[in-house]
Amino acid sequence: MVSFSAVAKRYPGGEAALKDVSFVVEAGELVFITGRSGAGKSTLLKLIPAIERPSAGAVIVNGQNVSALKRSAIPYLRRNLGLVFQDQKLLYDRSVYENVMLPLAFSAHPPKEAARRARAALDKVGLLAREKSNPIQLSGGEQQRLAIARAVVNRPSIVLADEPTANLDAESARRIVDIFVEFNQVGVTLLIATHDQGLVEKYGKRLLHLDGGRVQ
Amino acid sequence: MRAWLRQHGQALARAVPRTSLLNALVIGIALALPAGGYALLESVRSVSGRLTVQPEISVFLDAKRADADQLAARLKRDPRVSRFRFVPREQALKELAAVQGLRELAAALGRNPLPDAFIVTAADENLEPLAADLAKLPGVAQVQTDALWARRLASLASLARTALWLLTGVLGAALIAVTFNTIRLQILTQRAEIEVSKLIGATDAFIRRPFYYGGLLQGLAGGAFALLVVAAALALMNREVRVLAESYGSEFRFAYPGPADCLAFLALAGLLGWLGAHLSVSRHLHEIEPS
Repeated sequence: MVSFSAVAKRYPGGEAALKDVSFVVEAGELVFITGRSGAGKSTLLKLIPAIERPSAGAVIVNGQNVSALKRSAIPYLRRNLGLVFQDQKLLYDRSVYENVMLPLAFSAHPPKEAARRARAALDKVGLLAREKSNPIQLSGGEQQRLAIARAVVNRPSIVLADEPTANLDAESARRIVDIFVEFNQVGVTLLIATHDQGLVEKYGKRLLHLDGGRVQ
Repeated sequence: MRAWLRQHGQALARAVPRTSLLNALVIGIALALPAGGYALLESVRSVSGRLTVQPEISVFLDAKRADADQLAARLKRDPRVSRFRFVPREQALKELAAVQGLRELAAALGRNPLPDAFIVTAADENLEPLAADLAKLPGVAQVQTDALWARRLASLASLARTALWLLTGVLGAALIAVTFNTIRLQILTQRAEIEVSKLIGATDAFIRRPFYYGGLLQGLAGGAFALLVVAAALALMNREVRVLAESYGSEFRFAYPGPADCLAFLALAGLLGWLGAHLSVSRHLHEIEPS
């Protein structure tokens, strides 16, 4: 489903963030990508939705070589991916509900179906009662759950999450990971980057440990 | 198809509240100048167009009609004459009577004081040597190049038209610049939304659409406002013009621009707004990429 072969990424004027990374994630897998800050976890995740392009090697997603994708094809790649960021990237000038509706604006769903999906996604992360609130009124954990609802509302086959539990207390963090595990149980493929190895070890899922730009 | 329509509807709905009334006002005032100038010029042109602007010479004959045939043959031979027509004195009187306000005058004349005449149309603009030669011919009483002042008026009008086009060009460029800047500011304030949209798979066309509608709407609103300004100005001026024109026994009024002119003007304003948005979007949207 997602495969990296001999991928390197060097930012201009800096050290290589990734040197020779190869791995395969099968459909339906949940993989935690662990490692210290600066180990290249974020860079690895950014290569999958073509936010960054690799300096060498190939990134294959759903059989598509992302590294060679044309600019105009990128939006269609991203619609099959659910992205969750450390800083959530919510829009604070609209309600919780409208934030979740965003990805549905350019899908072909009729308005009723779109509304139904948005509410289902909010329900799944336990935020249905807050749909009229502004994201700024939500706690850190709730904001992260909102970001997850927005990422899954289009029912992507792959969800990528970059440090979704950073800056959260242990209880909120566990709740976030629980939600991801639930998605995995219904067949979604997930790649979750985290520096908190203790949090994810007990789930017994596959760990991909990055160190110095390489998979250990 | 329905999804496509819905997307355009959404883009339009997002563009409407962003359209600044103040910007439309600025654009409207700027566009009112060329639009008003055009309306005035068209009104004057509809009057001056009825005047003779052909290079014509009136050749008045003395009493003996026998000379007329000889003169016609002479005119036919002259290469400087493109065409001519003979106006017998009876017809000249009828034409005089047909001119507005002169019927009573023509009726008051006991006998016809008008001479026979040739109306000669010259082959080129240079009338003076031809007029001088014609004056020397036997049987010719007087020669008059009466088109001269009408041609001066026409070239004055054409000068005004050129000035108007220049004004339109300059203010059209101003409209593009104003829209360019408005859209640039909109893009900057919506940086976060654009970035998120790109991350969740919005195409460039989807992201651009509200800005294009924004430019178009701003241009249209400015154009509509300009037309209102022009209509109000003409209505005010016509109150004065009516009094003045009536004192000359004339029905002259400044004409309001017709529906076709208004539509063309609105289309132009909308197009310029769209163009400003296009320039701004192509320049600034690529700068926002998620990282």
